[in-house]
Amino acid sequence: MDEVFKALADASRRSLLDRLHARNGQSLNELCDGLDMTRQAVTKHLAILETANLVTTIRHGREKLHYLNPVPIHEIGERWIKKFERGRLAALSELKRQLEKRDE
Amino acid sequence: MSKPEFVYVTYIETTPEKLWQALTSSEFSKAYWFGTELRSDWRVGSPFALVMDGTTSDVGEILEYDRPRRLSYTFQHVLKEEFRNEQPTKVVFTLEPHGKLVKLTLTHEGFDGVPELLNAISNGWPAILSSLKSLLETGNALAVPMSALGTKGL
Repeated sequence: MDEVFKALADASRRSLLDRLHARNGQSLNELCDGLDMTRQAVTKHLAILETANLVTTIRHGREKLHYLNPVPIHEIGERWIKKFERGRLAALSELKRQLEKRDE
Repeated sequence: MSKPEFVYVTYIETTPEKLWQALTSSEFSKAYWFGTELRSDWRVGSPFALVMDGTTSDVGEILEYDRPRRLSYTFQHVLKEEFRNEQPTKVVFTLEPHGKLVKLTLTHEGFDGVPELLNAISNGWPAILSSLKSLLETGNALAVPMSALGTKGL
């Protein structure tokens, strides 16, 4: 679990996860496209995310594709969120989203 | 060959054989899969069904059964009207031992143009896999007697 928190404690790595959340199963080239990061930096960040099991890769034809693996994040949630809190937390998140949207 | 829409990975402290039993036992699946029973005789080409409280929610066919390495079946939702006419999707479980852990990889593919179905399923798997991991490692939520395990899929 330390590795998950360490991996998440970096804005560049979170932005890579965001990109995979928006579109899952991308090659290294696709992930680098339009990013303000060197290819080496992206590779290094992906290795840390893979070690934390937040990103997983598969071979697809000649390409290596990267996928967001939300299972460790789910496990963190399960550890501290009780069953009866889930509904209220979802309502609170939705309220925050709606209120902040209006300010945009 | 289309690329999978999801690839989920979890490392579970168990043996491939125990994990295989969990993936193919209806008694066990009730404990980690929201009360759902997996029904099949687990032969390649045989029908597969998900049954909850006597109601079948999904049906499919066993594509691969390579115990305890690789399991694959198709999946088609039959309860909700809007999903009933969609093409079946395909699930593959791969089990690889790594020392005391087993790496479980789940891929799910074939959601051509059905974002609602994709969303419904992508919300479900992480919860199912976490629950499966916790069940195998701690025995929590194990509502069935151990003697009931391993009697299916042999």
